[in-house]
Order: sequence, then structure tokens, then C-alpha cells
Amino acid sequence: MSKLLGIFLFMVALYAGILAAVDPAAWGYNNTNLGQRIGLEGILCLGAGLLIISGGVDLSIGSVVGLCACVFCKLVLDEDYPVPIPVAAIIVVLLGAAIGFVNGFLVTFFRVQAFVVTLCGLFIYRGAARWVMNDQTPVIAALIRPIKEVTDSSFLMVPMYLWFLLILFALTTIFLHFTIHGRYFYAIGSNERAAAYAGINTTLYRILAYMLCSMFAAIYSLMHVAHYVSVEPPKVGEFLELYAIAGAVLGGCSLRGGEGSTLGILIGTTIMRLLPNLANMWSIRDTLYPTVIGGALLICVILDEILRRGSWREFLALFRRSG
Amino acid sequence: MPPLLAATGISKSFPGVQALSDVNMHIERSELLAVVGENGAGKSTLMRILAGIYVPDRGRIEIDERPVMLRNVKQAEQLGIALIHQELNLATHLDIAGNVFLGREPTWGGPLKLIDRARIHADARRITERLGLIASTRTLVADLSIGQQQLVEIGRALSSRSRLLILDEPTSSLTESEAERLFAVLRELKAEGIAILYISHRLKEVEALADRVVVLRDGRNAGELRRGEIRHQAIVNLMVGRELKQFFHRDRAANMGHRAEVVRARGVCWSATQRGIDFTIHAGEIVGMAGLMGAGRTELAQTLFGVRAMLGGTVAIDGRRVAIRRPIDAIRAGIFLIPEDRRLDGLILEDSVKHNVSLAVLPGLSRLGLVNFSEEARLAQAMCERFRVRTPSTGQIVGNLSGGNQQKVVLAKWLSRAPRLLILDEPTRGIDVGAKSEIYALMDELAKQGAAILMISSDLEEILGMSDRVLVMHEGELSGELTRAELSEERIMHLATGGGRS
Repeated sequence: MSKLLGIFLFMVALYAGILAAVDPAAWGYNNTNLGQRIGLEGILCLGAGLLIISGGVDLSIGSVVGLCACVFCKLVLDEDYPVPIPVAAIIVVLLGAAIGFVNGFLVTFFRVQAFVVTLCGLFIYRGAARWVMNDQTPVIAALIRPIKEVTDSSFLMVPMYLWFLLILFALTTIFLHFTIHGRYFYAIGSNERAAAYAGINTTLYRILAYMLCSMFAAIYSLMHVAHYVSVEPPKVGEFLELYAIAGAVLGGCSLRGGEGSTLGILIGTTIMRLLPNLANMWSIRDTLYPTVIGGALLICVILDEILRRGSWREFLALFRRSG
Repeated sequence: MPPLLAATGISKSFPGVQALSDVNMHIERSELLAVVGENGAGKSTLMRILAGIYVPDRGRIEIDERPVMLRNVKQAEQLGIALIHQELNLATHLDIAGNVFLGREPTWGGPLKLIDRARIHADARRITERLGLIASTRTLVADLSIGQQQLVEIGRALSSRSRLLILDEPTSSLTESEAERLFAVLRELKAEGIAILYISHRLKEVEALADRVVVLRDGRNAGELRRGEIRHQAIVNLMVGRELKQFFHRDRAANMGHRAEVVRARGVCWSATQRGIDFTIHAGEIVGMAGLMGAGRTELAQTLFGVRAMLGGTVAIDGRRVAIRRPIDAIRAGIFLIPEDRRLDGLILEDSVKHNVSLAVLPGLSRLGLVNFSEEARLAQAMCERFRVRTPSTGQIVGNLSGGNQQKVVLAKWLSRAPRLLILDEPTRGIDVGAKSEIYALMDELAKQGAAILMISSDLEEILGMSDRVLVMHEGELSGELTRAELSEERIMHLATGGGRS
């Protein structure tokens, strides 16, 4: 766990900075807002993290979110046969699983690089999303309002979205850290050949990882519709894959695979949300947001690398030698 | 004449390990000095210090009686020291000349720095001729054999006017004839005044080549042998610090009783142009498999284990036919493979000893998919004790262990269950003498328990010492079989090089 100490302290420092900058009267409002956003995006980070640990990567997450949100609206708003919301939700999650299966299948059977497969997916699913809705923004507010009232509320001072994320986090933790399946994810991510030599069906597990990642994206898309209500086919979910991957990587998942933990991903997600919040508090101009976030992430990851690998010794030696 | 290089009182520690303490050594011009020792004895640390990769904590290094500081590789190179790694560092998509002069290309055109192609090839040709490398300097390195690539690497050292060549396990991936060529080249270079520091686990080579042997043990000088004293047994005694009585443990008397057939393979093939391979192994039998590199021995092992697709043939274990499509089928039938490349195929280096040991048996250690951690820890502990894996704890990262201990972890991974057919592919490559002997004892024990063992090895000593029977492969086919009584190095080489049965 000492691996996570660095980013944990960073998270605490960020949060302290936010509390210091915000008028105490607005703490409650700001906390709720933060909690909701963390609860939402945490789902994507968990999915992306699972996949990254197994040695994969998915650039299509944002477009999958877009397609799933559009399909969901299309189903529940159909003029002739409106599908009940729970049924539509299940269909959307299954659609996520199917997309993940296709991604995983292409990566494992045709041995196309995951980066390329999912980059193509990014375009394909976005196009599909726009086609499904014919680029029209669906009018869903009225239908979704009763649900939104529940999901936007809090229970024991904690926003519902955050509760939901914590449940998902607990399930994912059990899966990744306590079951043989999770162990196989790590084994495949670290050394796929050794895993295959140990009799593990690596193809199956790799496809499963893609399916989980896309299913989490589908689940997120439902939350997204509930919280934001508006669904613009060309925009919804855009760039979310980058936030998801950044959160997972910040939380200690190595893009080389085989490294990371659910707790780290949770912390990484939180930092990803705290950063823009703090930038906002310090009244950094909106236009500079992406630069601030990117720069802070870069510094954070470099510091983490130095601390975690104990390479600070070499790092210092380098200074001494050149100095 | 003063020595070319003298190192005195060299110490170096890494977090948690004292790799070298107070080591002394020197090397003369035109001398081939072999540095031997078990894995973890400090050989590679010493080499890396001499090559400027590590800076020692204490001690002094003198070249031509002048003290020098080797702070980085470049400084060492300027002083004429070149290290040739076990894993070659070549740009495989450049040609021979490009590699020989990489980073030191002769240029023309002033600031344009255009490569002087005529000169680079002319100079490279002189060097390849000197090394007996028969290939155009325009040949891509990727198209060369490993042995030739090694010569290119040596050529690179020569082109930078190195006076001291350090070779780390240079023959570990060479065929017998390539190794012979290398030895001839080394003798030539020696005659030209170059000093050679030679690191090898193959004591036969050391016996044949070395002018002097320095033995390291636990990071200290354990002794030195001069030309006349260099004998296999003498080196081994210094390395392990005790008399190693019986190196090859093979108790044949005990297993003459049961001779039931365990493995019957008929027509096994993995390529369309191949005649199938037939063989049989009995209970308690250790069958050695010899052959040159590329003879198809590893491919056969992979096919039997289900890593490589079996295009034809049948395999029966204890009289029952087994269909092997993927590793799990082989594992269920009791066929286990200790792969040739343990770092690539056998282990997850970044993971703990415990997780590596349990990886192949996790389903048996879990209920409803949940891993029983305490049972896993118990199993790992028990297996580490049984195989005498030297590790501070089962939580240690496998990549931090020595080669011998890593190999024992691979064995521990499989042998918590009794194998019917255990295939070991180069089981002791790059492993120190002590661990070797332990692995031999283990094979003997498994054979006594009635397992069939197929041992693929390029180490003829090992083949001769351990096998009850030897199969020889040549170009994807079995070229012969030798019983214990017929065994000899000459017969094996005759068959391995394509000669029919005499």
C-alpha cells in the first residue's frame, strides 16, 4: 500500500486546498457536486483500469458512452413501442458487453494492436450514435425527471452516485484482488506467454476484460443520462476515454499491464476531479483548464514514478554526478 | 610488464545486498582470464564496474599503472574497455558496417555529417575479415545467425580499439560449431595483444580456453587457478567452497523394477514438411534429448504441451490417448513443461514467488472463485522449502532472485502435483553449479516416483550424466536413439549433425 501513499497525500493536499479556497458556507454544495462527479467518472476509471491491468487499452470508451446513451434514448422514446426504462437499461448494458466482445475479439484473434482497434472503434461508435439519433438531441427530461430526483439526492450526506460507485468499487475489488479471475488478469497483463504456459485461457480472459470495460462505459452512460439529462449525439461522452485512462494511470495502473489496484484507481479518479475544481477555485481562466490539468497530471505521474520505483536514489545520484 | 588492468579492494553494495566486498583482480595483455562463480557471486557486478556501468563504493582501478575513474560506459570505452553482453545490443535493421561503426560513423560534407559509405564498408570489411566473418558488410544484422551477430558485436569493440574485451556468457546461445569459431577468434585476438575477460558457466570452455581463472564466491575472492591447475573439479570446489561429491545424481539401480510405458507418441509433427516423431518413455526413465540449436527439440516440447498446434500424430499417457489442443489439456493429462526461456515463458518476473508458485494450481486453491490466501501461502512456503528456494520470503519479487532460484520457482510451480511426463527444456542453462546439482537430484527423485522425464539439453555433459537413454534430433526429425551403453559424445554429435546411425 506504500505505493499509494504518494498519490493519497496529493489527493488530501488538493482537497485541503479546495476547502481553504471555498467559503465554508459553500462546502456542502461543493462537496455534493464533487461527490457526484467522482461517482460518475469513477465508473469509467474502474472499467479502464481493469482493462489496463490485463494489458489492454480502450480508446473507444467515450464513443461507447455516446452510442449507449443514444440507444437508450431511442428505445425509451420510441413513438410506437416505447421500451420500459429498466428493460432499456439492461439492453444498453448488453450492448456494451457486445461492443467489448467485438473489441476483444479483434485484438485477440486478428492480433491487431488494441490501440488501433479501439481507435477505429472511437470513430465507428460515434458515427453509429449520431446515426441512431439522426443527430437530433432527444427530449428526455420529462421521462427521466423522477429517476433524476432519486439519483441526484444524497443518502447519509453522500451523493447517490458516489454510493453506487462505492458498491461497484467493492465488487470490482473482490473480483480483481480476491478471485482467481483477477489474479489471471494480472498474470496476463504482466506476461501473457507465461500465463498461457500455466494453462490459462488467455484469449478468454482478455476478451472478458474488454467486455467489462465497455459494460462499465454502458453503465456510466445510463448515469450520465440521468444526471445531465441532455444527450447531444455528436458530443456526449467525448474525450471521456482520456479522463478514464488518465485516472487509472494516475492511480498506479501501468500501461505496460499487470500493475495497479482498485484503491489506486479510486484515488486517481478523485484527483482527476479535484484538479479542475481547485483550478476553478483559484479562478484560473477556463481556457487554461486543460493545460493546468495536463501539466498537474504530468508532474504527478513523474513524481509518483520517482517515489514508487525508489528510483529517487538514482535520481539524486544523477544530480550529484552532474553537479 | 605491469598488468593492463588491476582492480584492488573493490566493494559495491546495493540496497540490501553486499554484491562485492574487497575483491582484487588483474589482467595482463594477451591473457584470457576467466571469472567464474555461482550466480549471485558478484561476477556481473564486477564486470559492470569495469565497463563503467556501476561505480564502485570503494576500491581503485588502475590501467597501465595509472589510477582511473570509470564513471560511465563512454569513459570505459575511451580507455579501451568493451563489454559484450549476454543479450546482444545490435540495431538489427542496420547492416554489419552500420553496426560496427554505430555512433562513430566516419563522415564527410562538414556540418552535413553525411556518412562516408565507402570508408565505413572498407573499414568494416577489414574487421570482418580479421574475425573470419564470411558475409558482406551490407548484410542486415537481422539476417545473421546469433553466432555471427556476436562476431559483429566483437567487431564493434575492435573498431573502437578496445584493449580489454569483457565477454558475458558468450556461448550461451551458440551452436557447438559457432562456439568453436568464437574460440578461434578469441585466440587470434589474444595473440594480437588484446586482453579478454571471459565469464562462463560452462567449465569445459574455461578449462579449454583460460590462461588463469579467478573464482568469486559470495562477492569475495575465493581463489585463483593458474594454467596448469585449471581442472573442472578444482574450479567447482572453489566455487561452492566444498567438495561436491556427486554432481549428477542418478540412482539407476532403484528404478529398474517398474518399466511400464508412460508416454507413447506416434507421428507427432508441427510442420507440414515433417516426418512424424515416434518415441516412448517408460516410468522412472530419464530420456535425454540432444541436438543442435534449431533441430526442433523446443518445438517438439511446445507441441506436446499444447503451446504449438499439433498437425498430426497421437500422444498416449499411461495407455490413454490424450487430445492436446492447448496447455490445459496437457496439464490435465499430467504433462508439464519447464520451458527453455524461464524469464519469458516460465515466470511472471514482477510478481511474487508466492503468486508464481500458485499460478498453475489456483483453481485447486480457491472456492467459488475466491482464492484461499492462507492455503496459497502455505503451499508456496512448503514448495520453497522442498525445493530449497533461497528467498527472504515468499512475498519476494521473483525477478530479484538469482537464475538458479528462479528456475527452482518454475519447478515449484509445477511439482506440487505429480507429473506423468515432465519435459524440461534446457533445465540448467545459466544456472550455478549448486542449483544444478539440486535440480538433478530432484529429477532423479521424480523418476523414482514413477514419472517419465524428457530432458532437452544442449549441454552434453548433462546429457551423458543424467540420461538413461538419449534421443537425438536433426532438422525436425529424430535422427537416432542411443542406449546408456552406447552413449558417447562422438556418437551424439554424429547423429546431431545429420550422420545416420553407425
